[in-house]
Amino acid sequence: MTAGWDVVVGLEVHVELATDTKLFSAAPSRFGDEPNTNVTPVCLGLPGSLPVLNRRAVELAMAVGLALNCEIRPSVFHRKNYFYPDMPKDYQVSQYDQPICADGWLDVPGEGRVGIERAHLEEDAGKTTHLGGADGRIHGAVGALVDYNRAGTPLLEIVSRPDIGSAAEASAYVEELREILLAVGASDARLEEGSMRVDANISVRPAGSGELRTRCEVKNLNSLRSLRNAIDYEAQRHIGLYEAGEAPVQETRHWSTDGRTHSLRSKEEADDYRYFPEPDLVPLEPDPDWIERVRAAMPELPAALRERLCAHGADAADAQVIASRGLAALVLGAVAAGADAHRTVTHAVQNLALDGAELLEAAQLASLVQMETSDQLTATQAKAVLTHMCERAPGAAADPSAIAAELGYEAMDSGELEALVDQAIADNPEAWAKFCAGEAKVAGVFVGAVMKATRGQADGQAVTRLLAQRRDA
Amino acid sequence: MNTAHAIASDVRAGTRRATDVLEDFLGRIEAHDGDVHAFNTVTADQARAAAASIDAAVDGGRDPGPLAGVPVAFKDNLCTRGVATTCSSRMLEGWQPPYDATVVQAMTAAGAVMIGKTNLDEFAMGSSTEHSAFGPTRNPYDFARVPGGSSGGSAAAVAAGFAPLALGSDTGGSIRQPASLCGIVGIKPTYGRVSRYGLVAFASSFDQIGPFATDVADAALALGVISGHDPADSTSIPAAVPDFEAALGRGVEGLRVGVVSELTGSGRNRAANGGPVQGDTALGNAALEDAAGEVLDGIDADVTERVLEAAGALADAGAIVGRVSVPAVTYGLTAYYLIAPAEASSNLARYDGTRYGLRIEGADVEEMNRLTRRAGFGDEVKARIMLGTFALSAGYYDAYYGKAQRVRMLTRRDFDAAYADYDVLLSPTSPCVAFRFGERADPMTMYRCDTCTIPSNLSGDPAMSVPFGTGAEGLPVGVQIMAPALGEEAMLTVAAAIERAAPELAAPRFAESSTGGAA
Amino acid sequence: MARLARIELTPDEIEHYTGHLGRVLSHARELEDLDLADVPPLAHPYPLRNVFRDDVAGSPVDRDEVLSQAPAAAGGQFEVPPVLGEEA
Ligand SMILES: [Mg+2]
Ligand SMILES: [Zn+2]
Repeated sequence: MTAGWDVVVGLEVHVELATDTKLFSAAPSRFGDEPNTNVTPVCLGLPGSLPVLNRRAVELAMAVGLALNCEIRPSVFHRKNYFYPDMPKDYQVSQYDQPICADGWLDVPGEGRVGIERAHLEEDAGKTTHLGGADGRIHGAVGALVDYNRAGTPLLEIVSRPDIGSAAEASAYVEELREILLAVGASDARLEEGSMRVDANISVRPAGSGELRTRCEVKNLNSLRSLRNAIDYEAQRHIGLYEAGEAPVQETRHWSTDGRTHSLRSKEEADDYRYFPEPDLVPLEPDPDWIERVRAAMPELPAALRERLCAHGADAADAQVIASRGLAALVLGAVAAGADAHRTVTHAVQNLALDGAELLEAAQLASLVQMETSDQLTATQAKAVLTHMCERAPGAAADPSAIAAELGYEAMDSGELEALVDQAIADNPEAWAKFCAGEAKVAGVFVGAVMKATRGQADGQAVTRLLAQRRDA
Repeated sequence: MNTAHAIASDVRAGTRRATDVLEDFLGRIEAHDGDVHAFNTVTADQARAAAASIDAAVDGGRDPGPLAGVPVAFKDNLCTRGVATTCSSRMLEGWQPPYDATVVQAMTAAGAVMIGKTNLDEFAMGSSTEHSAFGPTRNPYDFARVPGGSSGGSAAAVAAGFAPLALGSDTGGSIRQPASLCGIVGIKPTYGRVSRYGLVAFASSFDQIGPFATDVADAALALGVISGHDPADSTSIPAAVPDFEAALGRGVEGLRVGVVSELTGSGRNRAANGGPVQGDTALGNAALEDAAGEVLDGIDADVTERVLEAAGALADAGAIVGRVSVPAVTYGLTAYYLIAPAEASSNLARYDGTRYGLRIEGADVEEMNRLTRRAGFGDEVKARIMLGTFALSAGYYDAYYGKAQRVRMLTRRDFDAAYADYDVLLSPTSPCVAFRFGERADPMTMYRCDTCTIPSNLSGDPAMSVPFGTGAEGLPVGVQIMAPALGEEAMLTVAAAIERAAPELAAPRFAESSTGGAA
Repeated sequence: MARLARIELTPDEIEHYTGHLGRVLSHARELEDLDLADVPPLAHPYPLRNVFRDDVAGSPVDRDEVLSQAPAAAGGQFEVPPVLGEEA
């Protein structure tokens, strides 16, 4: 449908930083409490109150910037002046022409490299609830209630360059960004809950032309699906306008549940934010030592982890799954501790979509895998033990041999198993002849006999291995 | 003796009760504040309770602190928990903050007793206290004249003997100019020396809190109490607080004192104003005669003469006195009147009718905002908000706000150059003695009141006013002493020397006739 | 300017403030003669850098105390007239 046109997308992603307190005040940065209970004079913009910058928020911003290959720069907070009831001071403190992170990039898996223009710190506003309008919407409202609990929450606004060429790439960019934010512990980055908010700047241009045409900014994209759908919708709308000899106007639009974007009624006053340096805050100039300390404290990033997983036998899809579950370090640690890489990856992909999996210790996972590969546990038993380990992690309670013993999974002595296999062959000579003639499926006869004799405790794979040994001997 | 020093030392020694001291001051307020109108609120009941607890501490053998039982008046733009903090504006009439300003906590912790909240030009915008929504304050020396401003209420309260100490705020001269017009001492400390937390902002990069007192020693005592690093104010300087009082006794021998040429004429026009004046010795000093820089218009001869006499007295006491040019003071006023309104336009945006203070209902939030701000702000405040909004608006920022900030740097550099040669600088505090109500209605005429004081707000350096004799109609004149950043000690040393040489200043006549007299 | 500053003004008042603004701005012209090319702007009078607080929660203000000062409140929140002009 977009034949002859290129889609051009730049994303502005706001993420709430995972601090205990707000950007400029000691109020708890926490949600779900009674309205207006997590506020100080600073959050309420009370006369005489003054902001003091949260060091942790700066460190998280720097970590994200480093993860996005940005330059960490001296920065200055500005005031962005406009009136809105949930903005307590009627100005927002934000970094304007001197952001803390600038000029980076993000490699989007399966897509290309997307430039990062900047990432800057700013404070969030409070929450306005419109009364009387349908669904708490503004239209038809008779009044509004304002809760300032969210006011002053630290946000990092990450602005990409318009390097994104499709809805799928935009979605993959956001997913990868989310992985990074989770990995560095900067944010819980939940789109649905608003701790990660995506605005998309969308335009189209004749294929291959390289020009930048009028863009529209689409807001209210609270899922990856709405991001993709909004980009497709908006691109089609632009193409339709151009093909009809018209042109889109630069404006902010709202993605709504009816699957369209809608123009926001433009504000009566022109946007003139009268930015000027915030006189109540002093310049921020992270010294190289501090930047290096933040860099040194950063965990391995998702892309590097995935690469190492692939080096240990995971395919790209498995690596993506493992990384997105936050299990990459666990898997790599277990492999480093001597566990079989293939078994470990298989467990992580198939058996560890469980709460608590991220709490497992690499050494414990490694010893579980080793018990399995040394035939002390069957695959079924290993999976059962793993489930219990996740429930009990972290700590000694998640020890796999203790759990196996508790479950009565006693390792079959290999001599004992060989005797049972030989007994089964002796008991079923016809089936054995067929097996030796290459009819593999009759193996089930022997496995079933051994299982019966052991009340299911034998390792089916080990039995199959012994049968093959005897046939080939 | 009703100085803070005398009161605190008596109360600590148990020879005077804090409650008695308080009643003495409350009595004078009761008798005369109807005329002066220094106070927006007198907190008599709270003060009585606080004084009683000071007495109880003394009885219990505990030391209430260096300001034990000293009544103190706070400018009504300093937040006081549960006590109306109005900024002399309809906008905040009756607003009770849920917290105390850091300086209020510090004064209270030192044993001071809050006696009330003083009148000011609305949101501290003015130089006469005429722009208060609750009516003007009168100068205790002449009720037909202004006390100066914007901290006119605090200055008048101390001059009238309503409190031995008061705190004010100084954005463009709002402590020093009223101190000068009311014949008392007022200090604007180094920007960042005193925490601004809890000071309702006018222009954040200029605002600084400081004390008023009847003498330099009391001012130094109060300055020591309110100074120091406050983690709640990002612009608070993490520097140790010196023993300011120790600086008072140091001699001025060898101290280099520069008289700012642009702010202080040569005194040659003395004849026009009544012939030669006493203390003429230093005028023969070659350095003083060597005038450099053009003297600004509008600085009255009587004021200039007192400054030159004070300079002469310092020379007599062994200081090295010369003239120094600080060219940027010429543009200071203009730069200030662009930057300060710009910051104010943003600082005052929050008064929108939503969270506190006045609200005029409207059909929607925007109308409520517009009507509230129309009704809540006075003329001068609206004018400055408009000016500041303009100076920051797209297309004008570089030409006005941006340029003014560069001029601010120029001022900084000019002062640095002057301080390479001089330890402190001298000038008039106010270009004139107290003027009559309504006399300076034109905004630029009023703004010129701040010509001498604004440069120190641009540079952030400390400056203070000390009374030195009288000018026209026997009204007090103040000499301004300026020092480099964190140079309060040298400033106080010079102030104390000027005070020792100053002619005796009679107390306001009405105050003399009342119980005990002021100062 | 009045719209940006959210202050309702009558035409008379607009004229009054325009005059005031004009007088102040005419003085600002004296800045035009200055060569400021090599002079950087000064935003803060005292050169502090990197002032932080630790990420440690303090106690919030009492909601009832704060709401008692609000022009209108309901359900623990600040109440305002309808907000127009943002959403479609
Ligand atoms: Mg944005
Ligand atoms: Zn933003």
